[in-house]
Amino acid sequence: MSETNGNSKNKLHGLWALTNRELKKWYKAPVIFILSIIQPILWMGFLGKAMNIGAIFSGSQISLPQTNPPLTQPQLLQLEQFFAGLQSSIMQGAFNTTDYFSYMAVGMIAFTALFTTMFSGMSVVWDRRLGFLNKALSTPVSRAVIISAKVLSATLRSMFQAGIIVLVAVAFGLQLGVGFNPVNILGVFAIMFLVCVGLSSIFIAITIRSTRIETPMAVVNLINLPLMFASNAFFPIKLMPDWLQTIAAFNPLSYTTDAVRQLLIFSTDWATLAWDFTCVGIFAVAFATIGIVLSWRFLSK
Amino acid sequence: MGEEVIKAEGLTKVFNKHLTAVDHVNFSVKQGEIFGFLGPNGAGKTTTINMLITILKPTEGKASVSNFDIAKQDFNVRNVIGVVPQEYTADEDLTGLENILLCADLYGIPRNVAKERAMELLKLVELTDFKDKKVQTFSGGMRRRLELACGLINRPKVLFLDEPTLGLDVQTRAATWNYIKLLKKNYGMTLFMTTHYLEEADVLCDRVAIIDHGKIVVVGSPEELKHSLGGDLITLAIKEDEDVSGLIQKVEHVKEVRREDGAYRIKAELGEITTPFIIEALRKKGYTVTRLSLTEPTLNEVYLEYTGKSMRDAEESREAFAAQRMTMRRARQ
Repeated sequence: MSETNGNSKNKLHGLWALTNRELKKWYKAPVIFILSIIQPILWMGFLGKAMNIGAIFSGSQISLPQTNPPLTQPQLLQLEQFFAGLQSSIMQGAFNTTDYFSYMAVGMIAFTALFTTMFSGMSVVWDRRLGFLNKALSTPVSRAVIISAKVLSATLRSMFQAGIIVLVAVAFGLQLGVGFNPVNILGVFAIMFLVCVGLSSIFIAITIRSTRIETPMAVVNLINLPLMFASNAFFPIKLMPDWLQTIAAFNPLSYTTDAVRQLLIFSTDWATLAWDFTCVGIFAVAFATIGIVLSWRFLSK
Repeated sequence: MGEEVIKAEGLTKVFNKHLTAVDHVNFSVKQGEIFGFLGPNGAGKTTTINMLITILKPTEGKASVSNFDIAKQDFNVRNVIGVVPQEYTADEDLTGLENILLCADLYGIPRNVAKERAMELLKLVELTDFKDKKVQTFSGGMRRRLELACGLINRPKVLFLDEPTLGLDVQTRAATWNYIKLLKKNYGMTLFMTTHYLEEADVLCDRVAIIDHGKIVVVGSPEELKHSLGGDLITLAIKEDEDVSGLIQKVEHVKEVRREDGAYRIKAELGEITTPFIIEALRKKGYTVTRLSLTEPTLNEVYLEYTGKSMRDAEESREAFAAQRMTMRRARQ
C-alpha cells in the first residue's frame, strides 16, 4: 500500500461527485423532479393570472356615474379611449410594461431561486443527522468543497427551474421587450447563478451548526416571504413607502428581478443592467466567502 | 509486533468548556492488530474515534496516526485511514456501486482504479449481486457490509470501525466478525474498533482498552485481563438478610467477597472445589442458599471488576437509540 494510493492531489476533487449526489436525489426521483417543475408553473399561473392588475384600470370595470344630461355616444367613446390610454400609461408608469403578467412572471424567477436555495440548508442538517457529513469530513475532501457542492447543486437546480419558467411564461403570454435577443437568456442564467450562490451560502451558513431540522425551518419561514415582498418581484419599489424602499434597496432579489426584466421584458437599459449585475455579484462573492469561512470554522469542532 | 500505528498521549476533549468526554487518555496501537475500545454509552468511545479520524479537534494532548499528527497533519491522516461509521451513511437513493464510487471520488481515486477496486470490494463483502440495487432495499447487514466496503476503498493503513455490529442480529453480527477477521488476515491492516459488546471484543480484539467516564481504566489482551481477575467467579444469594461476607471470606481459596444488590460476588481459585465448601460453611450457620452460579471469567467480569457496574444497562439504552435512529431514517423517506 503506497503512501498516497496514487490519489488525486487536486484540491477540488470530490466537488462534482458531491454535487451530483445532491442532483441525483432530484432528477432520479421522478415525483420530486416533476413537482419542482410544476410548482413555479402553478404559482405563475394562479398568482400571475389572478392578479390581473391591468384590468382594474380598464374602462369596462368602471360604472360611470350618471350625469345630467346623459353623456352622448361620441362623448362615451372619447371617455373609453381616455381610459384605455390612462390604463396603459398607469401600467407603464408603475411597472414599466403594460402587462402585469409579464412583470410578475419574471418576479417568479427570483421567487424560485429563493425557495430552491432555502432547502439547500436543510440538506446540510440531514447529512449531519444521518452521519454522512461526518463520513465526508473523515475523507481528504476539502471542507470548502463539501459546502461548495451544496451551493452548486442548489444553484444548478434553480437555474434549470428558471429556464422552465421562462419557457412556460412565454407560452402563457409573456410579452418580450423590444430589442429582445435570444442571447439575453444567457444573461438570465448568469444572474440566476450569482444570486443562487449568494442565497444558498446564506442558508447554509444559518444551518451549518444546526442539528435539528426545526431550527432552519423556522428561520427560513421567518425570512422568506418578507424577503420576497420587500423586493420588486410583485410590486415596483418606487411606489413603496420610504422605509420599505430602503430595505428593498439592500435586497438582492430586487436587483436580480430587475436584471431579468431588463433582459427579457423592458427595452434594455445597459447601465441599470450593469449596476444590477455588480450588486448581485458583490452579494454572491461576499456570502460565498462567508459560507466557506464558516464551514472551515464550524465543520471542524 | 511492529511499530506503533496509533499513539495517543494525554488526549482530551472537553465540550462546552465543562463536559469532559475524553480525559487524558494514553494508548498505542501496533501495526496489524485489532484494538478494541470497550465501554458503555457515553464513555467517550466515539469522541475518541472522532478525534483520531480528525473530525473533532482535541482540546488537549496529542495523537498520531501512521506518524501523522491528527491536529497538524489532518489531511495526511485522512488519506491513510478508512472509516466505518456507526450510522448507515450510504445514500438510500443511490445503488450500492454508486455509493462506493462516491466514496472513491471523495478520496480522489481515478475512476478506472475506483471501478476495479469497487468490484473487488463488493465481492469481498458479498454484495456483487446487489450492486445495482438501490440501498433503500438493503437489509441492515447488507448496509453494514456496504459501509465496510466504502471504508476500504482507499486501501487504508488503519481502519476505524465505530460500533460495527450495532443493531445487527446475532447471525449477521457473526458474519461481520468474519469479514473483519478476513481483513486482518488478507491485508494485514490495523483495525481500531469501538464496541459495547463484550463477547465481540473477546472474539475479535488482540487488545482491548476499557474506557469509562472518559478515562481508560485498563488495557490488555482479553486473555490477560481475564487472567488478571485471578480466578473464577461465584455468585450466590441467601434467604436471610444478614451480611455473611466475613463468613465466606474464611473459606479456603476465597480471595474476595463483595456484596452487591443482595447477592455476593465471590472471587475464588478452583471454583468447582471451593463452591461446595462455601455452601457447607453457610449451612452450618443456618443460612439457606437460594441461588448460585459459577462462571469462569469473561470480559464481562473484567468490565465489572474495573468499572464496578454491569454493562447491560448501557446496552439496553444503546439498542433503544439504534431503534430510534432507524425510525428517523424511515421517516425521512
